[in-house]
Amino acid sequence: MTGSLPAYNFAYLDEETKRMIRRAILKAVAIPGYQVPFASREMPMPYGWGTGGVQVTASIIGPDDVLKVIDQGSDDTTNAVSIRAFFANVANVAVTTKTAEATVIQTRHRIPETPLREGQTLVYQVPIPEPLRFLEPRETETRIMHALEEYGLMHVKLYEDIAKNGHIATTYAYPVKVEGRYVMDPSPIPKFDNPKMDDCPALQLFGAGREQRIYAIPPHTRIESLDFEDHPFRVQEFDRPCGLCGATGVYLDEIVTDDRGGRLYACSDTDYCEERRMAGHSGPAL
Amino acid sequence: MYVAVKGGEAAIANAHRLLADRRRGDRTVPALTLEQIAGQLSLAVDRVMAEGSLYDPDLAAMAVRQARGDLIEAIFLIRAYRTTLPRFAASQPIETGRMRIERRISATYKDLPGGQLLGPTFDYTHRLIDPEMAKDGDVAAAERRETAGDSHAPRVTDILGDEALIEGDGDRAGEAEPADLTRSPLGFPTGRDLRLQALARGDEGFLLALGYSTQRGYGRTHPFVGEVRIGFVDVEVELPEFGFAVTIGRVRVTECQMISQFTGSKEEPPQFTRGYGLVFGQSERKAMAMSLVDRALRADEFDEERRSPAQDEEFVLAHSDNIQATGFVEHLKLPHYVDFQAELELLRRMRREGDRPAEEGDETE
Repeated sequence: MTGSLPAYNFAYLDEETKRMIRRAILKAVAIPGYQVPFASREMPMPYGWGTGGVQVTASIIGPDDVLKVIDQGSDDTTNAVSIRAFFANVANVAVTTKTAEATVIQTRHRIPETPLREGQTLVYQVPIPEPLRFLEPRETETRIMHALEEYGLMHVKLYEDIAKNGHIATTYAYPVKVEGRYVMDPSPIPKFDNPKMDDCPALQLFGAGREQRIYAIPPHTRIESLDFEDHPFRVQEFDRPCGLCGATGVYLDEIVTDDRGGRLYACSDTDYCEERRMAGHSGPAL
Repeated sequence: MYVAVKGGEAAIANAHRLLADRRRGDRTVPALTLEQIAGQLSLAVDRVMAEGSLYDPDLAAMAVRQARGDLIEAIFLIRAYRTTLPRFAASQPIETGRMRIERRISATYKDLPGGQLLGPTFDYTHRLIDPEMAKDGDVAAAERRETAGDSHAPRVTDILGDEALIEGDGDRAGEAEPADLTRSPLGFPTGRDLRLQALARGDEGFLLALGYSTQRGYGRTHPFVGEVRIGFVDVEVELPEFGFAVTIGRVRVTECQMISQFTGSKEEPPQFTRGYGLVFGQSERKAMAMSLVDRALRADEFDEERRSPAQDEEFVLAHSDNIQATGFVEHLKLPHYVDFQAELELLRRMRREGDRPAEEGDETE
């Protein structure tokens, strides 16, 4: 049936598809926090493994871009390695692990510790874009709730958390309000990272492949994490520095070092940690 | 120290090398050829084409080989290639009444125009493992039947339709193109064209279970197999420059017309209703399951109360795609330690606070 073997376009997606995705991105930027449906394609990696982010990146990346891919804050995790290799292969772009050098950063579950700057784009991989999904399973209902700005259910959920646990028991994928209008799921980043989204000079794009949604936070947009006056939003605090670079005020991974309860706490952002160690910092574990 | 997250690149390269090695298997055994796969595992190839939504037996055979026989993985390979192809046009509706029939059976009529034709079926075989399968014995050639020049077999639904005993087949809304969920995002509620597309690419096992559930009382539809037919049909595309349709190729399809419980209203006399299944290649299990689910999903049209999973289009369509399903289920093996760390930290804090005696007016956070 086929006369020739398959061949693929620059950055894998065909140009028609990229144009369609770019239109969705433009709409998303024009209505910050609003989930724009788009005709998500099958990608050569499975759904749930970053197809939304990969499609967004494939649609915006050009030959002059420098790409960084992280997963859990690290450039070295298998899925990040795989996605970076994919773009190096199908788009032949320059890749880096340094946050400051990258023009496009695709991420799963973290925002880099190094503050982002103007001209950079942060592309998030999103599993469930709908912040109301686990309160209301039906898409037809949640779209109406967004349209009517009917977010009472979310506040009731947060209130019930406090009533039951004394805390808001959401620690990641913590819902935010975008520029005073749409409630948005920031993807499963720890709530530690939520404040970095506010007034960020970089463009933030969110791609959910399986769920066929793209949304965006344009540069310098107001992002508030939902809370109550008497229970203000607070981020996680670690009571020790990074064991490797001594950094404080950063998100730490807990690494089990032996079977006798030994633990190493180290920067989740491996690039940040390496830069600090290169600059001569060192932590208590070294 | 910190070994767990380092060296990912080398590990992946090595893992893939091992995979390639295992895929090939024992080098003293000849490699499978694509002809062998397409010719002797043709139903696997058919399933890959159907759920991969791409009619290309050679490519499907390559995918089966590359995927080591894991059909969902093969479907995935086909989908990821198909999605990069341009869409030129929508074909004319295929005319299954003019199918070159290999198999055609009806459960509603003992005999009917065009006849009952068993064709290459597992039905009525005894499921005893054949010792011959351990060898490569001679297989007798099949008998060929002489067909009349025009082997027209009218569809059973047309036979009932002539007596107005079954609902109409619906109209194509003008010249509007059928919906295409690979080119526009899924939104609810959907039209029947989009539902049928989703079901045609949907997972055979999922649709089988849903169809089965309608037979066990979860959205009962009292179905009869009006007919199942398998064979080749021509695919025609209208070329605007010519102003008429030309044949661009032919595909093997399996079609099932399910005849379901009748309804009636003040305006309309009682009549049977339809469930429809159409699948690339030979797969009557899938075509039949699809027709049951199609009928169940039409509940609203007949004012039936929607109480069962098979009647719930959001539930069915959101979960019928095995590529979406396998991806998301399997993503759980990706690292989640950032989120897990966040939960761990909260859990420990809650435990600490639990150990401390509560004080009057203590505001915890």
